[in-house]
Amino acid sequence: MSESTNYTVEQVKSRIAEAFPTAVKFVKKEKPRRLFMTADKGSLFELCKLLKDQLGFEHCSLVCGVDRIDRFQCVYHISSIANKIVAEIVVDLPKDKPEIDSVTPLWEGANWHERETYDMFGFIFVGHPKLERILLPEDVTFFPLRKDFQVGGI
Amino acid sequence: MDLSMYPHALAMSAKEFIEWSTNVMDDLVRATGVKKALDKVSDPLMNWGVRNSMYPLHFGIACCALEMAACSGPRFDNERLGLVFRSSPRQCDVLLVNGWVTKKLRPGLRRLYEEMPEPKWVIAMGECAISGGPWYDSYNVVQGVDEFIPVDVYIPGCPPRPEALIDGFLKLHLKIKGQGIGKFMED
Ligand code: SF4
Repeated sequence: MSESTNYTVEQVKSRIAEAFPTAVKFVKKEKPRRLFMTADKGSLFELCKLLKDQLGFEHCSLVCGVDRIDRFQCVYHISSIANKIVAEIVVDLPKDKPEIDSVTPLWEGANWHERETYDMFGFIFVGHPKLERILLPEDVTFFPLRKDFQVGGI
Repeated sequence: MDLSMYPHALAMSAKEFIEWSTNVMDDLVRATGVKKALDKVSDPLMNWGVRNSMYPLHFGIACCALEMAACSGPRFDNERLGLVFRSSPRQCDVLLVNGWVTKKLRPGLRRLYEEMPEPKWVIAMGECAISGGPWYDSYNVVQGVDEFIPVDVYIPGCPPRPEALIDGFLKLHLKIKGQGIGKFMED
């Protein structure tokens, strides 16, 4: 194992702030062993690469979407089992073109999370190996977890 | 009884002979009342056997499956009624649908039903399997299994207690009793 086993939350924070001075903002929320930040959609992939390759975050625990009416948000929980830290990254996406880079090339486990997010919200993950419906049948034309979807309207 | 062919029995082909002799036997058994007598024995016997060895498919879909599990545990012990959960549809008599059926599951469930050998019955357990239940307006839930599979017994509840499940199987006993599946020959 590399020397990455001994990072604390503060060290991870300073490494990220060093690499992404403007694109990544930390959210003022204090919890032990948690790290909250928002990122630009352009720099997400680079940020994830840094987390994985240099800071020892080896597991992508969650990818999901949020519909904020005026914009979409894509939420990532990236955890480091060695450092015992969970980092939460929130990325804002525009309502009309919700496109974002896929993190599946970094963590294979993100594959089905991203497919599910596509299934429910219609986010396009650029670079995903197989972006298809996963929970709904293939011929479905709507995205049910968007706020403008009417329950019972089918 | 068709005796016109009788003198020519030796001149028949094997296939013709089998057909002819089968018909003769059939008619004889019916005409002499042997069929009725045999039915009196075979029907209750077969019926009793089928009723006391109903094997449901071990196929848990949703939360009702936990009640199914409780039912097969030591407290309710459904094996005393001959209900043994089997894992292959080829070995089953009863398809126990316990939970909501999503549109994606629908073709698979239909196929499981088709794979079961006759005679077979279907029990819809819980509101979801009966009519969609809490998901009555969902975009992805089939509103009741009886849309695509014939259902024999409905067990309402969300979820039904294990006693209710056992009661449903006892209701199925009554239905099987009336079906006459153990008849010696077709009527
Ligand atoms: S009827 Fe109730 S308990 Fe049974 S599967 Fe549906 S929601 Fe779950």
